[in-house]
Amino acid sequence: MAAIFDTLQQALGAQALDATVAHSTLALRLAPTELLGTAKRLKSEFAFDLFLDVTAVDWPGQQPRFEVVYHFYSTTHHVRVRVKTRVPEEDPGVDSLVALYGSAHFMERECHDMYGIVFRGNPDLRPILLYEGFVGHPLRKDYPKEREQPLVRYRT
Amino acid sequence: MIIPSPVRPAFEASDRDDAVIVNIGPSHPATHGTLQVIAALDGEKVKRVDVHCGYLHRGFEKECEAHTWHNLIPYVDRLNYCSALINDFAYCEAVERLMDIEITPRCRYLRTLLSEYSRIADHLTCIAASLMEMGAMTAFLYLVMVRDYIYEHLAGLTGARVTYTYGRIGGLARDLPEGWLERLDEILEQYEVFVARIHGLMDRNRIFIDRTRNVGVIATADAINWGFTGPILRSTGAPRDLRKDTPYLAYGELDFEVPVGINGDNYDRYYVRMREMDESVHMIRQLMEMLPGGPINVDDRRCTFPEKHLVYSEIESLINHFKLIIDGPRVPAGEVYAAHEAPNGELGFYLVSTGDGTPYKMHVRSPSFVHMGGLARLLEGYQLADIIPTFGSVNMIGGECDR
Repeated sequence: MAAIFDTLQQALGAQALDATVAHSTLALRLAPTELLGTAKRLKSEFAFDLFLDVTAVDWPGQQPRFEVVYHFYSTTHHVRVRVKTRVPEEDPGVDSLVALYGSAHFMERECHDMYGIVFRGNPDLRPILLYEGFVGHPLRKDYPKEREQPLVRYRT
Repeated sequence: MIIPSPVRPAFEASDRDDAVIVNIGPSHPATHGTLQVIAALDGEKVKRVDVHCGYLHRGFEKECEAHTWHNLIPYVDRLNYCSALINDFAYCEAVERLMDIEITPRCRYLRTLLSEYSRIADHLTCIAASLMEMGAMTAFLYLVMVRDYIYEHLAGLTGARVTYTYGRIGGLARDLPEGWLERLDEILEQYEVFVARIHGLMDRNRIFIDRTRNVGVIATADAINWGFTGPILRSTGAPRDLRKDTPYLAYGELDFEVPVGINGDNYDRYYVRMREMDESVHMIRQLMEMLPGGPINVDDRRCTFPEKHLVYSEIESLINHFKLIIDGPRVPAGEVYAAHEAPNGELGFYLVSTGDGTPYKMHVRSPSFVHMGGLARLLEGYQLADIIPTFGSVNMIGGECDR
């Protein structure tokens, strides 16, 4: 496990803002512009062939506000890499990974639903867990938990 | 009252081709899950599908940010409600990693045993339901009967049939009741009797083979590209299993095989699940021998509840109990991704803590949701009627998919 992390830290450390290992996962912090290039290298050079997950964390009050978090798994090395990048509220956009991983289609749609992150290059960002016409992004911290937007009106 | 459509289809019927657009679901009697498939058909052949999930979305991740770490356990139960214990244990392990807790040996073996027991129940449900949808009512009843033995047996341990709330951060809710392991032995024997009958009924059944062989085929590289894990990935011939690849709990000490398929079709997915249940039984028998004595909960005031009689008799325990209930366990700041091999594939919990008694962020990497993203690849190019067995073989669980 340690060997592949050392290799990765050496190879990708220059592009990353930092690279730390915690809870048997290597976490890379990147500038948004480095994301696509790093993901490409992770896939082609280091065999991180399974795109596990993308989600975001909302840090209101911090600049940039959103942290987009990716998890990759290598079916060769059996380890995970977490890639994080920050995007501002005014322009919450990152490059889409759909060209590299098919599974990115749905997962980016979900992240778009929940946080309003725009994945540039994903051709289909229609709502997936929410519905057409839903206003706002429910997992943002400023979306109140109690707010209801029923599609079918309650019987009164 | 006009209700607006919750979805916008990816395509419409056009004048140029003679495709017919058929809407299946979200609530269709032949699918065991709330899923909408909009299909463009050429005759009976599926040309293109647009899969919509989300009809069971109930704001799980949002709700989790408003409760203490302990209070989430009943919620995670309701992700994959066919194998709720595995959700419990995966979630608890994620929190334990953040808190740097090592669970007791008895708890470790018990969690492993119960995970495998749940896997059997989950696979039984999946196989039973998908066989029934193809008309095999007898097979359904045989399998669901065994599953009910398991449910009742687990109810004896946990007090609930389906959603057990049995995991605890740092341990388990309670130890095994008397006679539980003896009954487990009996049920495993019953399992073998009935699964042998299923093999006899299905494996070389002409109708079953015609419906499943070379239907919903996917190759290993495609499956990985679309994020498939679990039995679907293994049915393509790739022996990828987190229990072997990144051993957790007691899996590193057990002797078991990772069954794989050849073709990656519906038949292989059926057979991989059948073989996996046999491996689970093999593991449970080993674990029954290995099960050590000792406590099931760690001795750690940060997360373990004090004994009830102490809460009523000494002030420290009373305060400890009060703080755990009102403030929740203090989980050190940090982030963790912990994954278990759930019956459907990789079930991952990504947690972010800011040092509070409630999670700052909780995200579930649910295998069902990822599988729905690639479902179109399994449906396109086959017959309309194949949607039902293929969807059944993917075993989408709404609770986990839509969260």
